[in-house]
Amino acid sequence: MKPGHGEVLLAEGDPRVEEDEERLIEEFRRQLDEGMWAAVPTTHPGSGRREAQLVKDFADIPTEAERVIFFPRASGG
Amino acid sequence: MLFALLALALIALVLAAPLIVNAIERRRATRPARRRGEGGLEQLSLYDPGRERRAEQRARELLRSCVNEEEWSMYRDLGFIRVAGRHARRESDKQSGPAYAYLVYPHKPIVAYVPASGQLLSEYCVEFPDLTGAGRQRLPASDDVLAKWMALTSDEDRVIRRANLHLVGRQHDPARVRRDLWRLAEWERRRGSRPEIQQKSR
Repeated sequence: MKPGHGEVLLAEGDPRVEEDEERLIEEFRRQLDEGMWAAVPTTHPGSGRREAQLVKDFADIPTEAERVIFFPRASGG
Repeated sequence: MLFALLALALIALVLAAPLIVNAIERRRATRPARRRGEGGLEQLSLYDPGRERRAEQRARELLRSCVNEEEWSMYRDLGFIRVAGRHARRESDKQSGPAYAYLVYPHKPIVAYVPASGQLLSEYCVEFPDLTGAGRQRLPASDDVLAKWMALTSDEDRVIRRANLHLVGRQHDPARVRRDLWRLAEWERRRGSRPEIQQKSR
């Protein structure tokens, strides 16, 4: 999510492909270095309730995740 | 000889000083106006009136793809999303539904309330500032709601810690929030679905 623009595609690829994975990891780190939060939308297995999972490391991203959403970190308004 | 030339140059400088000062002042007076004009033209040429609308449209699609059908319908119909609080006072509260919930509005503080009684608890002022350095732009409305939803459903404690806490009434009109709770109860009644969170309908 980019202020003033909304959703912007940063990178895409198959993490099982080494070349893609390197690119995705690089972009992931760059976004976190810029102070963004990363979240993966998930569905709760029991209740089916939708929720988000914050991820701080590329390895924490669930294997079945289709996307990671980066958004500016929250601060007191 | 050299001394005489230096003396003449000094005299010429002193005589010309008022003219030079006037010229500098005229230049200073005209420069800001010219800059303002150039900036305005630049902004005019870069401003795209459809950009915000397109950004909001993309944001709505993204929000819709992340939240469940009920939450999306709630946002579409009522303009806010309800998120259940994760903490319970007693073990028995876990069976009877959440002890408290949040109303998530775009570009407005999150409101915490007690679904069973309708009591308003507090406002949590939180924003997602532009980190790119410009610092003037904000997320589209639906992205702001999604960011709050993601922050609350993933790490409620962290977002609440970062927010500024106020009693309801600082930015929200309490009467309007109560009306929103009533609208929510009516909306759920009309949908005929069993509410995920038991809500006082007034």
